[in-house]
Amino acid sequence: MDSVPEPKRYGRGLFLATVAGGLTSLAWGRPVWSRVSSAFSGIESAVPLVPHGWRIYSVSDHMPTFDPKTWRLAIDGLVTNKLTLTYSDLRDLPSAHQVSTFHCVTGWTVKNVRWRGVRLQTIFDHAQPLPNAHGLQFVSAEVPYIDYLTKKQALLPDVMLAYEMDGKPLTRDHGSPLRLVIPDMYGYKGVKWLDRINLVPQPGDGYWELLGYDRDAWVGHSNGY
Amino acid sequence: MSYVTRFSRTERTLHWVNAVAFLFLLATGLILYLPRLSVLVGRRPLMKDLHFWGGIGWVSALVIVIALGDRRGLLRTARELEQLRPSRFNVGQKVNAILNAAFVLLFLASGLLLWLGERDTTFRFASTVLLHDWLLYIASGLLLGHLYLALIHPATRHSLRGMTRGTVREEWAKRHYPNWRAEQ
Repeated sequence: MDSVPEPKRYGRGLFLATVAGGLTSLAWGRPVWSRVSSAFSGIESAVPLVPHGWRIYSVSDHMPTFDPKTWRLAIDGLVTNKLTLTYSDLRDLPSAHQVSTFHCVTGWTVKNVRWRGVRLQTIFDHAQPLPNAHGLQFVSAEVPYIDYLTKKQALLPDVMLAYEMDGKPLTRDHGSPLRLVIPDMYGYKGVKWLDRINLVPQPGDGYWELLGYDRDAWVGHSNGY
Repeated sequence: MSYVTRFSRTERTLHWVNAVAFLFLLATGLILYLPRLSVLVGRRPLMKDLHFWGGIGWVSALVIVIALGDRRGLLRTARELEQLRPSRFNVGQKVNAILNAAFVLLFLASGLLLWLGERDTTFRFASTVLLHDWLLYIASGLLLGHLYLALIHPATRHSLRGMTRGTVREEWAKRHYPNWRAEQ
């Protein structure tokens, strides 16, 4: 009996290859993309529609708005001198500058971010934490976002309260007027729209930690990495 | 002028359910993704819910249309798409349909992982965002090409009638799809 050969089903192959390629990219996507983007510098800024690769995450209905006249940074809790700083008080404090890489726990990274702001040591010099204050609670104007650092972590050399990014005052989406920057940890530790630092006996669980993320969010050594 | 049937009612329903859901997900997704839009619109928790349930609704609606529609006809169409040679569709149309079908699964898988990863770090992978992003870029590119051919390009835009009313002009069909023997 003659039989007509079944035509090749390239369409089915294309479908299965696309699904398989997509699913396995969960394992190879990030390393391959890192290689491609380092081999062709600039491709990262050319491809995505997000400026410099920043994505903006927030947890409440409205991002807080900054009014320099009414904004205050409170430093309280276990301190000798409780402080309430206005925006100009903050800008008058000795400032520091750094260039560091920002890592988000969801997998994206922004390299060479230029920050300007105030070191926590400067704040401590004025507020004088009590000896039993081993933790800092950072409170955002974006309720209910909070997070914590140990005092030791807060004094790491490149931790800062930043009010400028890439040469300009922080914009609203980046947490104006003030955010915490801790490059060695994933971005969820860097509380945006910061308006209170509360010195506490020990760190507790912040917003994302209550949802299962690590309290010590070291880049590359936490959250399953 | 004589017309031939190009798309069945089930095929058209499937197409339009897919189109409406995709545009809704594109809109809510861009609000979540583009910083300028995020700031402008705000309401991120609501947008996340709309995007997530929109995605679940998208896939569920496709399944419902398939389950309640002309399954035998859809199976015939699927068999036709499996072979990448011109028939009722040209090769480009087949590739577009196949990629879009694969993307439904990949959008669903990566979207669920993004949603679950926020709730349980076991489900969080460094590449999930990248996969969801690239699906967005490629699917949007395909959509733009598709819209151009279906709405603007003079030689091909008559095909829109096939997807709205189900029929196209016979001489147009013969010219564009010489290998297709349409039922009158």
